[in-house]
Amino acid sequence: MTDDVSPTQSFSLDGDDLPFASGETILQAATRAGRYIPHLCWHPDFAAHGSCRICSVKVNGRVGAACTVQAAAGLEVESNTPEMNRQRKTLLQMLFVEGNHFCPSCEKSGNCLLQATAYQMGMEGPHFEEFYPNRPVDASHPDILLDFNRCILCELCVRASREADGKNIFAIGGHGMGTHLLVNSASGQLGDTAMSLDDRAAHICPVGVILPKRRGFVIPIGQRRFDLKPVSQQREGDAT
Amino acid sequence: MTPPPVYAPVPLKPRKLKLATVSLAGCFGCHMSFLDIDERLLTLLELVEFDRSPLTDIKTIGRCDIGLIEGGLCNAENVHVLREFRANCKTLIAIGACAINGGLPAQRNQRDVGQLLRDVYCAHTGTLAGSQVPNDPELPLPLNQVHPIHEVVHVDYFLPGCPPSADAIWSFLNDLLTGVTPQLGHKLMHYD
Repeated sequence: MTDDVSPTQSFSLDGDDLPFASGETILQAATRAGRYIPHLCWHPDFAAHGSCRICSVKVNGRVGAACTVQAAAGLEVESNTPEMNRQRKTLLQMLFVEGNHFCPSCEKSGNCLLQATAYQMGMEGPHFEEFYPNRPVDASHPDILLDFNRCILCELCVRASREADGKNIFAIGGHGMGTHLLVNSASGQLGDTAMSLDDRAAHICPVGVILPKRRGFVIPIGQRRFDLKPVSQQREGDAT
Repeated sequence: MTPPPVYAPVPLKPRKLKLATVSLAGCFGCHMSFLDIDERLLTLLELVEFDRSPLTDIKTIGRCDIGLIEGGLCNAENVHVLREFRANCKTLIAIGACAINGGLPAQRNQRDVGQLLRDVYCAHTGTLAGSQVPNDPELPLPLNQVHPIHEVVHVDYFLPGCPPSADAIWSFLNDLLTGVTPQLGHKLMHYD
């Protein structure tokens, strides 16, 4: 991203003219202008991933992911429309039934980007049949717990561990419905890696998979991140 | 010819809507949150009449306008009662996390149900030697897994929360009773 924003270069987002720098994606330009486009796997500090599809927008009439489509002069982008928000709600409902998202007992509740985005899109119910996956938790690390049944495969921990920490601790393995997060150690256990609570990867998870031990339920209800303001009114940043 | 008699119009009193509620694999917490509307319950009673509910003594459900279902499905009797509610209610509402996605009881879906019963009734500390899993036909058999209610019957509305707040329930019922599609908004929408 550069600061070279020329006001002559602009595209239209929901009818408003938005300036952009050359090389920026639609999502980068929108975020810099303070415009919210729902997303889960995108983070301003890392390269786009394009797995969650929540940021899907209509670009000149065709659907594309705002995190990967480059901004170009004169594009007509539709994001906050009933049609796109309905599709986003469906995607969220798919993510919810694929995992065990039992928010009432999850310590990430109120600080969870998936949950907050579902509130934002007005998701009242799951619509689809539950998968009820059965992946065991990894409690082998002294300071960090992994609950794989909440993973949305955003790959932010993979990217943070590889690019920010230089440790390459996480990976995505398997195919299709069997795709899952895994730990890069011979035993497959987090306790046998160099993972540390200071790592960027320990704090980047937007949902409740990577959790610091003995730190749950410390923020009173009403003061948690997304209790205060809906996700559309918050600044970008790490999950914790 | 005598003109036909003119009758004064009889003012129609609006019929009270019939409301039924039930707890399946629930904890009764959604019912408690419902009662948390406090004195607004008196206002509600001017608009609705309770049919079968844990709060009334009616044993079988009659024709109803609204059915509130708390709890998921964990045993055969839950399924039977849910189908009765669906057959009798014009509008069926899944209230609370359990009815919506199975809720915390669905965490048992990670275990074998037979092993769970043996653990609790036979092997658990404090059970007498020779204790058996209850097997009287009077008792409903548990299902292999806990399920949300929408996987068995059509659900018209979902009211999320564990439990939904009294304000959420009040706002939801008000919308429903005045013929508005219920919308919770940021303040009243929560899953926890």
